[in-house]
Amino acid sequence: MAQSNNSIKKILTVAFALCIVCSIIVSTAAVALRSKQQLNQELDRKSNILAVADLYEPGMDIEEAYNEQITPRVVDLNSGEYSDDYDPQSYDSFQAAKDPAQSRTLSGEKDIAGLSRLENHSTVYLVGDPDDPQQLILPIRGQGLWGLMRGYLSVQGDGNTINGITFYSHSETPGLGGEVDNPRWKAQWEGKEIFAEDESVQPAIQLVKGGASGETEVDALSGASLTSKGVSNLLQFWLSPEGFGEYLAKFREDISPSEVQGMATASDDTEGA
Amino acid sequence: MSAPTPKGVLTTPIFKNNPIALQILGICSALAVTSSMSVSLVMAMAVIFVTALSNLFVSLLRHQIPSAIRIIVQMTIIASLVIVVDQILKAYAYEMSKQLSVFVGLIITNCIVMGRAEGFAMQNPPLLSFLDGIGNGLGYGFILMVVSFFRELLGSGSVFGFTVLQPVQDGGWYVPNGLLLLPPSAFFIIGLIIWVLRSLNPEQIEENEFTMKANTQPKEAV
Repeated sequence: MAQSNNSIKKILTVAFALCIVCSIIVSTAAVALRSKQQLNQELDRKSNILAVADLYEPGMDIEEAYNEQITPRVVDLNSGEYSDDYDPQSYDSFQAAKDPAQSRTLSGEKDIAGLSRLENHSTVYLVGDPDDPQQLILPIRGQGLWGLMRGYLSVQGDGNTINGITFYSHSETPGLGGEVDNPRWKAQWEGKEIFAEDESVQPAIQLVKGGASGETEVDALSGASLTSKGVSNLLQFWLSPEGFGEYLAKFREDISPSEVQGMATASDDTEGA
Repeated sequence: MSAPTPKGVLTTPIFKNNPIALQILGICSALAVTSSMSVSLVMAMAVIFVTALSNLFVSLLRHQIPSAIRIIVQMTIIASLVIVVDQILKAYAYEMSKQLSVFVGLIITNCIVMGRAEGFAMQNPPLLSFLDGIGNGLGYGFILMVVSFFRELLGSGSVFGFTVLQPVQDGGWYVPNGLLLLPPSAFFIIGLIIWVLRSLNPEQIEENEFTMKANTQPKEAV
C-alpha cells in the first residue's frame, strides 16, 4: 500500500465516496424490494388469521382462501357496532392506537394488559357469512414478561366459545414463555368459554396453575408465571367491555350491547363509591 | 507458502484449511442456525454470497484503501452486502428470513468474512479473491450442512423437512434426542468433525504450546 494513500485528503475522499456508493446500493435494494416485502408480511398476517380459524393447510393458496372465507370489518369498541368510517382493508389499529385523535389513554387500574393507549376502532375478521359468522377473529395484544405479545383469538358465532388462539409476535423466553406458540398448548383452548355466567360481562377465562378444571380455565405455561399472567390479563382486558365485550354481546343470546354498557357504567359507579 | 492458484483457493478451504474446523472461525452462527437443514442451506448461500463479493470489492479497491481506515472500509462493504442479502431474503424467502431472524444481520460480525477480506483480498487480485471467498463460504457451508444433517436427523427425525425416522409423538418408533435441537449440541458435532479431519490430515494437528509436567510425587511435596 502506497504511503500516499494515508494523506488526510485521500482518507476523506475514500471514506466519503465509499459511504455514498454503499448507501445508494442499500437504499436501492430497500426501496426496490419494499412492495414485495409488504406483500409477504400481508400474506403472513393472512395465514395467521387462517391458522387461528383452523382453516390453514400447508401449501394452500392463502390469498384465495382468505378472500373467499374471511371478511374484515372495523368495529367501534365503544358501542360494539360496525363502523363504515374506515376501510377495513387499509385500517391499521396499531397506527390508530398511537394517534390521539383515534385513541384514548387507559388509566392505570383499567390497563391490565399494559397497553397505555387503546384505539377507538379495531378490525375484526369474520369467517363465513358476514351476517351470521361462524367465527369471529379478534386481534389481541398485551404485555408478556419481556415485551408486547400480539395475536389473534378466534371465538365461535355464539360470542362465548373459544375456537383457537395464536401469538404471531412475542419476545418471551424460548422454551418457557415462548411456548405460547406451541401447538400442543394452543390445542387445549378449543371449546373453552369466555364467560362463566350467561349474563356476566366480565370475562372469566384465565390461565391457572396445576391443572385446569372447568370451561373457563386453561393450563398455565409451566415455568412461565409472568407470561401466563400476561396472557390472562390481555384476554381479561380485550374481552371485557373496555375491549370487545360489547361487540361480543351482539352475538350472545342473553345479553345485548346496551345492557353491557349499562352494567359497565354501573360497575364503574360502585368502584367510585 | 506457494503462490495461490485459482483451483487451490477454491478447494483448500473445504477440507484442508476449513475456516470452521481448522481456524475455528464463525462458530456462533454455526451453533445457532444448524437445527434444520434448509435454514442452514440458506445461511450457507448467504455467507458464500457475502464473502465472495466482499473479497471481490475489497480486492478491487485494495490499492485505493488508506491503511489507516482499512478495517472500517471493509466493514462498510460487508455491512452493505449483508443488508442487501437480508432485504432479498425478506422479499423472496420470507419464511426463511423469519427463521434466520438476526443471524443474517450477524453475518457482518462473522469472522470468516472479515478474516478473508483482511487476510487475503487486501493482497491478491480480484478474481483470485473472489474465488477464495467462494471457497471459504463453501468450507463454512460444508460444515454447516454436516452439522445440521446430524442435528435434524437425530433431533427431529427428518432430513430437509422430510421425515426419515418417524418420531414417537407422531406415532412412530424414534425417540428424538432433544439435546440435538439445542445449540450446544453443535459443539459436539463440530468437535467430532475436527477430530475426523485432523485424523485424515495429520499436518493439521497443532504443536503443543507447552507440555504438562508429570504429577508431583508425594515425596517431593513433603
